[in-house]
Order: sequence, then structure tokens, then C-alpha cells
Amino acid sequence: MQRSATIAVLVENEAGVLARVIGLFSGRGYNIDSLTVAPVAEDGRLSRITVVTSGTEMVIEQIKAQLDRLVPVHRVSDLTLEGPHLTRELALIKVVAKGDHRVEALRLADAFRARVVDATTESFVFEMTGNAEKLDAFLALMRPLGLAEVSRTGAVAIARGSRALAA
Amino acid sequence: MSATTAHPPAATDLRPGAEVVLRALKDQGVDVIFGYPGGAVLPIYDALFQQNHIRHILVRHEQAAVHAAEGYARSTGKVGVVLVTSGPGATNAVTGLVDALMDSIPVVCLTGQVPTHLIGNDAFQEADTTGITRPATKHNYLVKRSEDLAGVMHDAFYVARSGRPGPVVVDLPKDILIKPAPYVEAPKPGTPHKSYRPRMEADRDAVLQAVRMLKRAERPVIYTGGGVINAGPEASRLLREFVRLTGMPCTSTLMGLGAFPHSDRQFLGMLGMHGTVEANLVMHGCDVMLNLGARFDDRVTGRLDAFSPNSKKIHADIDPSSINKNVKVDVALVGDAGLTIAALLEAWKADETPVAAPAQAQWWQQIEEWRAKDCLRYVQQGSIIKPQHAVKRLFEMTKATGRDTFISTEVGQHQMWAAQYFGFDEPNRWMTSGGLGTMGYGLPAAMGVQVAHPDALCIDIAGEASILMNIQEMGTLAQYRLPVKVFILNNEYMGMVRQWQELLHGSRYSESYSEALPDFVRLAEAFHARGLRAKTADELDGVIAEMLAHPGPVIADICVAKDENCFPMIPSGAAHNEMILGPGSEQNARSVTDEGMVLV
Repeated sequence: MQRSATIAVLVENEAGVLARVIGLFSGRGYNIDSLTVAPVAEDGRLSRITVVTSGTEMVIEQIKAQLDRLVPVHRVSDLTLEGPHLTRELALIKVVAKGDHRVEALRLADAFRARVVDATTESFVFEMTGNAEKLDAFLALMRPLGLAEVSRTGAVAIARGSRALAA
Repeated sequence: MSATTAHPPAATDLRPGAEVVLRALKDQGVDVIFGYPGGAVLPIYDALFQQNHIRHILVRHEQAAVHAAEGYARSTGKVGVVLVTSGPGATNAVTGLVDALMDSIPVVCLTGQVPTHLIGNDAFQEADTTGITRPATKHNYLVKRSEDLAGVMHDAFYVARSGRPGPVVVDLPKDILIKPAPYVEAPKPGTPHKSYRPRMEADRDAVLQAVRMLKRAERPVIYTGGGVINAGPEASRLLREFVRLTGMPCTSTLMGLGAFPHSDRQFLGMLGMHGTVEANLVMHGCDVMLNLGARFDDRVTGRLDAFSPNSKKIHADIDPSSINKNVKVDVALVGDAGLTIAALLEAWKADETPVAAPAQAQWWQQIEEWRAKDCLRYVQQGSIIKPQHAVKRLFEMTKATGRDTFISTEVGQHQMWAAQYFGFDEPNRWMTSGGLGTMGYGLPAAMGVQVAHPDALCIDIAGEASILMNIQEMGTLAQYRLPVKVFILNNEYMGMVRQWQELLHGSRYSESYSEALPDFVRLAEAFHARGLRAKTADELDGVIAEMLAHPGPVIADICVAKDENCFPMIPSGAAHNEMILGPGSEQNARSVTDEGMVLV
């Protein structure tokens, strides 16, 4: 049984740490569906990596154990397993269209709460936030209307409630 | 590291980086390093020249420096230290690093690097050493700031020896070695590391659960691995106490040999691909398995879906990622092997449940029947030396000397025969490349062992193909008067390759014949060593005796049967109860499956 897992990894913000994590996934043949990273501590000492992966339960347990034994890793949290959590992704979406397609794109963007952040007479750039499914659905609608380019951040995630991941 | 920046030391405390490196080594208890100089590490070599605390052994190839450090580490329990230059010095060391990673050997490897301002410029002898060694090490560092230098050095030793041990690289740009740097003392033992804090003591409830399962077992087995060796001699002592107290049969992986004495009745010999019949059938038929410090490696399990099908499994390992990696287990004991065995002992004594004595007696009766097959039996007749006989005689004759004996091996048939026919009664006496299977490991490893134990008998059991992969180290033996004995089982073939070609590839011996071999006797003499040769069975004992008596290094070229195969053998993709016992055994007819053919 395959499942998807959203894993938060708190790491020492040092040179090469991202390469270690990515190398672990490629070297052991694990999937990376998305991966994001940015410093999160006030002093810049810690970074948080959010990685969305998939595999059997045994593989996902392995991924977590392998991540946890990397020297600069402080904490590994399987948000999918540990309870309710929020996932968000941001996308910038360029649609090049004229006439009816342009009107329809704008109408759908409004329905999906995408913001227009750039416009010319023949193009829009939409900014949209949501989970991956919402983004996928919007992109599917834009495709026949003149979808020209997409830039997505990959998912970031956090547990609901008072429980916090700290070093 | 952050501590050094928080409290900048007075300018008077600053010393050149190379001196800081050596002071850190000294404070970490290092008395010997294995290395090879070059442009980027000249400042360290200059500092070495001006001190007397640390001895440097000049190897002939950087790969050998790492294997020597492995031999040193494996035979002493200390961290082995390597010093090589940038670029090719570092890349040559990579095979040794991966070897140490696979076999969990603590090594710190210092690599030179071009100065920080040239990094990334394709400078002379520049290589992306941290990039190349990232998957080859447990951890690595590139020191870019002088104030981090001492802290990184101490951290490297902590990481190399803590938890599941492994190799650590510290990449040292030349300007960092020259510029003044502050020294900081190593953190006091017990100071928590900022992020790497491996679990040492197994969960108490899991220990109790394990003991409950073991107490009720009717067909138990204890299967031990390199983790028990890594946990130190006390872990081996506790293992003996536990095995004898429980009365259970005990088998060992290749890496674990010596933790439990081979001469004990409760020891079943090595298990796995070339393990004994009794060990493998016990693994197959047991109802409770206690794995202590082994990792369910594919050489041990054979076909996974047929591995020990009816047993409850308890797995003690210091590395949580070993748990449920290959084999799903029922109880996990994450912690140091020695502490875990101590906890099991205590819980066993406290649990008043009587063991299932009649069932276990029956189990032992079954085991003795399997043991009676005498699967390692061979017949030495005629003048051609059987390789098994050569190892057996080497074992008996070294034992008769009463000297503390350390055995290393290269990789191949001779390695398996050494594991089968040389008995080990103590831990840390057996150095072999188990995980990576590195031909060329044995000679430099024996060299490192001999450096650590100058008065001991250090023998590399070798094959004629493997030995040529690091033969240049004969020069190092001569330079430092290291009396290592190289015992070559010379069958003029890459024997294990030949064996697989015979069994799996229709006896098409593609490129496995050792053509144009050197004359090993004259080769030894060219390296200022003694060269000996045994061509017939009646010469064997004389050659061994002369080798053991000679005070200096020796190459003994033992010309053995060319077509001998290593048995028992679990063929690729087969299960423990599908062993090939030897020529003519009925299992030989069984063809290996397509799935088996793809396995190595």
C-alpha cells in the first residue's frame, strides 16, 4: 500500500545540508514529490525542509529514520501520520490569451481566489495559494485558455493546534 | 563551533591552523596517523615534522591509508586517522571511506583542499571533496573559517565514534592551515551534541517484551553481528554470559566473528551465503530470533520472502534505520549492543518464567543432527594443496604458537575459507571487508593492525588477484619493519568470479584467469621481505612454520587447487534451506531462477 507523506525536517542551517537530504533520496531511490527549504529561526541557525514523498509504510519509515540519522538533522516529523495539519503551496501562473479566453480566465481566477499580480493586454500573471489539488485543478482549467508558464513553490506544511516542532 | 564565535579568544592564543589540527588530534588521543603528503597539506606535514606526539605512517597509496586506519580502528576500538592531500589524494581515499561506511568503522580522514579563494576555480589538484564524499561518509565538513577549525576537529571525532560508527572527512583549505586560528578544548564527555545524539539504551518495555518472547521460545537462536564488536570487548563478554545463561544456539555474521568463541559448543559457525548448514537451518527453522548488532544483510538472509518464515524476530541495533529496513521485526531494541545485552541479562534473571526446556532439548538434538553433516568437511589427499586445508593448518599452527593473532583478508573465496576454517575466540582479531567487498583491503588493514599491535602476529589471508590491488604497501611494511605475513591462496583465478561463472554462466571463464602473475617470491624479495612458496601438500607445514618464525614481513605463495569451490553456498535468490553442499549434492541440479540471476 502506497501512501503520501508530508515530512517536516528541522535542520542545522549549514553548507551542504540540502545536498545531504536530496542525495539521500536519490541515492536510496526514494521519491520526492516536492521539497521546500528556508531558514526559520530568528538567528538563521535552523532551516525547515518540507518534503512530500510517497511509498509503502516500510519505505516511509525508512525515509524518516534515514533523515533522522543525518548529523545536522534536529527533528523529523511525519505530519501526515501525526494528525491534522495544514498544507499550502504558492503558484505564479502566466496565461496568454485574448478575447473570450481572456475573460473566462479572469472569471475562473476570481472563483478560485487567484490574484492578478501582473497584466498586459494579452496576458495575466495570477498568484494563487492553496493545497496541491486546488492548484492542479486551476491549472487544468487554464490549460485550454492559454496557460503559458507556471512557477510553483512546492508544499509547506504545519501541524494544527498547539503542538510545535522545535529543536 | 558557535561557542568559539561567542567567546573570541585573545590574539595571543592564535596558532597556525596546522598546529591547531595537530593539537586537536593529540587531545583526541591520536598517537598515529596514516597518510601521504601533497601540496595542499604541506603545512600539516611541516607541523608534524616539528612535534613528537603523533607518529605518521607513510603509505604508498591513499586507499591503503584508509584501510590501514580501518585495521587500526577495528583492532583497537579507537578512531583511525588518515591524512591525504587535495584532489587525487582525496579521490583515491574514497574506496576506503565507503568501505568504512559499509562496515561501520570509525575513521577521521583529513583532506587537503586548495585555498578558500580558489575553491570552485578548477585549481590544480582541486576536487569537490565534500561533494564527492557526501554519500561516502557518515558526515563531512569543509572548514571555511579559522575560528571553526578546532571545533570541527573535535566534532569529527565525536561523530566518527558515536552511535553507529563511521568515516568522517574534514576538508582543510590550505589558507586555513596557514592562517592563525584559535584553539578550543574538546567538549567535556557527556556534553550533548547540538543535533546528533544517538540513542544508547534500548526501551525498557521492549527489553522486557523481548525476554518474555525468548523465555517462551522452543526453537530460539541468537544471531550476532559487527555491532557487538563495535560496542567493545565488554559487549562480547556480556554476550558470552547471556548465551551461556540462556543455553541458546548462537551464530554470527562475517563481521561479528570472534564476539562469541568459535570453539564453544553453542556456536554454530557463520551463517549466510557461505555459512554452515546448522547455522542456516537454525535460522530457517527457529521460532524466536534475537539479532544483536547485525543488519539482515542480503548475504545473510538469502531470498527475503523465504527468510526464517516462522519466527518472531527481535532486532537490537544502534541505528534506527536498520530496523525494518530489509526484514520486518516484532520487537526493536534501539541502542548500544553492550548496554542492550546487559539489559537483556538483567531482565532474563528477573523473569522467573522457566524456559521451555524439553522443547529446547529437542531443538538441540535437531541441531546436532545438522551439525553431524559436517558441512565444512573436505578431503586433503594427493600432493595438490586444498585451500581449506591451507587455512586449517595456518589456524592450527598459529594457535600452537600461543601468540595473539590478528587475521585480515582480501575479498573472494579465500575470504570465505578464512571465515570458515580459521577460528576466532576473541573479538577485534578479524578484519575483513564485509559490506563493500573491497579487493585490496587486507594488506593495508593488516599493516594498520600491526602498527597498533607491534608484537602481535598479523596475517593477511589473500588471493593472488586481490593482493595485487594494494601490493605497493609491501614498501610500507619494509620502511616501518612491520612483520605482516601475507598468506596467498594462489589458485591462479579470481576464484569467486570463476565459481559463479562455473555455477551460473555455463563454465565460461570470461576474464577470470590470473594471467601473467608475478613471481611472488621474487616480488617479496624486491620489497625487502622474505618470499616463500609451497607447491605440494608436504611443503605446506614447513612454509607456514618458516613464515611464522621469520621476524620480518613475508609473502607465502601457497599454490592451491585451481578448481576448488567454496561450499556450502546459498545460490542467488535461494533460501536458507536451499543450500548447495558441494560437488555432487542434489541441490546442484536445481537451476538458479531468473530473479536469482540478477542478484550479485
